Amino acid sequence: MSVTILYERGEYAAPDARVEGDDLWLGLDDLRAATGWELKPEGACLGERCVPIPHGRDAEFVRDGGRRFNLAALARLLGSPIARDNRYGVWAFGEPPAARNQALRSLAAPDFTLPDLDGRMHSLAEYRGMKRILMAWASW
Amino acid sequence: MWQGLYQELKDRNFIVIAIALDSCGADAVRQWIRATEPTPPPMLELMGWGERERAAAGAPAYPCLIDEKHLVAELYNIVNVPMAVWIDERGHIVRPAESAGACDAFRKLDLTDFSIPPAAAAQAKAARTSYFDAIRDWVVKGEKSAYALRDNEARGRVAGLSEQDARANTLFRLGQYLFAQGHREDALAYLAEARRLRPDSWAIARQSWEIEEAGKASGPDFWAAVQALGDRPYYPPAKL
Repeated sequence: MSVTILYERGEYAAPDARVEGDDLWLGLDDLRAATGWELKPEGACLGERCVPIPHGRDAEFVRDGGRRFNLAALARLLGSPIARDNRYGVWAFGEPPAARNQALRSLAAPDFTLPDLDGRMHSLAEYRGMKRILMAWASW
Repeated sequence: MWQGLYQELKDRNFIVIAIALDSCGADAVRQWIRATEPTPPPMLELMGWGERERAAAGAPAYPCLIDEKHLVAELYNIVNVPMAVWIDERGHIVRPAESAGACDAFRKLDLTDFSIPPAAAAQAKAARTSYFDAIRDWVVKGEKSAYALRDNEARGRVAGLSEQDARANTLFRLGQYLFAQGHREDALAYLAEARRLRPDSWAIARQSWEIEEAGKASGPDFWAAVQALGDRPYYPPAKL
């Protein structure tokens, strides 16, 4: 079945995902496109960072001769919260709170890119070299 | 109203970046950014805007960005509006998210006739003025300003995220996505659960109320929730 994956910032429709109970099995191409994670001999890797598959738990993470990966198992291992809607087949994966807290306490301002009213994109990094105040407001 | 401050300081290598946390996007915020009608004076008074800011007001010349997914709220752990973060020239946070010149004076508003007790108006103005003066000091003095917090102090003021908070954020994301896809009823259940798990996030509560029904974010449910705070603040005062 097709599953929509909301992983951190992105949205991705995986047409060939398999949902079994609390598990979400993805082909490796879908895994990479949806999340950036890849399966390598050293484990699950996101860029330079690799997380070894816990010893003796291969079947929980990998199957079909290494062609499918269980994203839900990885999320649980990383402490990433999962919220899902079965009716529309949507799985949202949040950032692990420990990772966000560490990032907040590093005091490095995380970059982002957002549109203005005219649809023109701006990122925080464009204003590097200036003192910046991010001011959050809302219409509500 | 920030335009006056921006105008005053813009030649000092300073910029305001406004982030509208609004699931309904550009249409929801356009009339606020490019105002066609002036804000009613009682509202300005309640928000602490003095003559100085009102005289200098105009359409913002600084970037006003629209954050439909509340991405910046998640990245910087922003739980209410207005809240602000100060970032120096190197991209280093010198003041983490805090109330940006707002205070609890609005709780003294008389809801029967919308009158504002003079003491509350004075308190709102004092909060606004002291916060803007702190910004001026930082923009002029840089890291020598007493308002540019040392790392240990800034780090100590970072409000951490609990597992339950992170779960609420994820449910909020799911609810917003379903809402954007037109599955409103399904969305509301997730948004309500997010609100229940993270009652201290007014951004989640008020945005989800507004998705439920236009105007609900400032309707009876909102006022009841504010009243239920008792002695606890709605806007924890910025410790300047």
